[in-house]
Amino acid sequence: MASDALLFYTFAVVTVIGAMLVVSQKNPVYSVLSLILSFFGLAGLYVLLEAPFVAVVQIIIYAGAIMVLFLFVVMLLNVPREDAAEWDRSHPLYRPTAVRLGGTLAVLLALELGWALSRTSGLAAGVGENRPAVSSVAELGKVLFTDYMFAFEVTSILIIASMVGAVVLARKRED
Amino acid sequence: MGAAIEYLTSPTMIAYAVIVGIVFMGLQIMAAVMVYAERKVAAFMQQRYGPYLVGPKGLLQPVADILKLFFKEELRPKAADAFLFSLAPIISVAAAYLAFAPVPFGAPTDFFGLLPEKIALQVSDVNVAVLVIFAVASMGVYGIVLAGWASNSKYSLLGGLRSSAQMISYELAYGMALATVVMMAGSLSLREIVDAQSGYWLGFLPKWYIFPQLVGFFVFACAGVAETNRAPFDFPEAEQELVAGYHTEYSSMRFAMFFMAEYINMVTVSAVATNLYLGGWHGPFIPPEYGWIWFLIKLGFLLFIYLWLRWTLPRFRYDQLMSFGWKVLLPVATVNLIVTAAAVLYFGL
Repeated sequence: MASDALLFYTFAVVTVIGAMLVVSQKNPVYSVLSLILSFFGLAGLYVLLEAPFVAVVQIIIYAGAIMVLFLFVVMLLNVPREDAAEWDRSHPLYRPTAVRLGGTLAVLLALELGWALSRTSGLAAGVGENRPAVSSVAELGKVLFTDYMFAFEVTSILIIASMVGAVVLARKRED
Repeated sequence: MGAAIEYLTSPTMIAYAVIVGIVFMGLQIMAAVMVYAERKVAAFMQQRYGPYLVGPKGLLQPVADILKLFFKEELRPKAADAFLFSLAPIISVAAAYLAFAPVPFGAPTDFFGLLPEKIALQVSDVNVAVLVIFAVASMGVYGIVLAGWASNSKYSLLGGLRSSAQMISYELAYGMALATVVMMAGSLSLREIVDAQSGYWLGFLPKWYIFPQLVGFFVFACAGVAETNRAPFDFPEAEQELVAGYHTEYSSMRFAMFFMAEYINMVTVSAVATNLYLGGWHGPFIPPEYGWIWFLIKLGFLLFIYLWLRWTLPRFRYDQLMSFGWKVLLPVATVNLIVTAAAVLYFGL
């Protein structure tokens, strides 16, 4: 349907523009807000894919996460703006090794993206057709706790490990 | 094109548009009524008269308030971030309206036979309504935090930061309380949750979830009061400490938007509580077609409790809510969740 395609392109543009604004903004607060914009576009795309649960859950999770990020930006980074002049040649990101490594990664990424794009046969296949069987919450839960049990549990271990790590790092040393 | 116009002008679509209008205007009117009710209830509790000059019994006081807010000068501090300063109240009030969209407020109706089919009395019947409300409510906090940050004033910033710290401390317990009800009803749709509460236990006790879920209701109520920044949890705007908190620098209609958002959020939280715990539009004596009357009665009662709390309890210290949220509400909600899960499994409710 024409309206589906229109919605898809609207949300896609919002997502991509939001993502670009995240890295191009000088003010960290605006970066954080652009990230939310991008996630909203993404949520719209999920809704178009008939996955409202995923759409809402990612907003809940990222809204909370970004709020924490916001707190860090406001409280810890006590600079309202990144000053371009401070980024002089002595910054670690300007070291030759970093430049070479980053350049290699960028080229690899571009190649992979090009390869992936050449493999997909037209954009029409994605929207509406091939509806996944796991659109309802109950189905999703069943799949998550049977087929993807291992991945689910490993993820929870990962999260606990990072949580414990954060607590250990944040605690004052008693010496 | 012709088919589209025919579709858009069909009675059902017009009825949906009317429902959207009812909800939109209704929320505004509720906010105005709440302003009046708040002052009258406060006066009643403090043995004063309250507003009584404008109109009969002071009933036109909200109109006078709104007119005053319209004609006040709009100020913006020089050091404020112009874009975010204007955006913050819009986010607040938009999130407040949006949160009511998936809330049903009556049984499906055909408007006394005007429509060929029955339609749901709600703006949009999302099948993950509970989560949508949760998500939109957490977006509303951004309005407050951004207002605090963009005003570039120390009181505003402290208010905004308190609001975000507050959100982190009550949201987990809030989610747990919601999950418990969802588990009992076996659905995330508010309409299905309400319908699961029709009928009676033992012939006389309404099947409302408040009876088996008294603990869950308590957790939900605490988190709800904290979410709407109402006393005794109104730290983001604690007058005695922070002048007016996040909206210190706001005036005129921008201030009015925050004000309206607060009252609409109260209505939404009460409406959600009515649907989740008090059986929504189900109740004795009134036929199901007029279920919205029961809904309004329950809603009004919960809103009165909001006012009652505000004028009875002193404000907590702001770190007390955080330790209360993390050390009392969260464990209680978790245990409640586990016990309910076991009960649902065992009795197959």
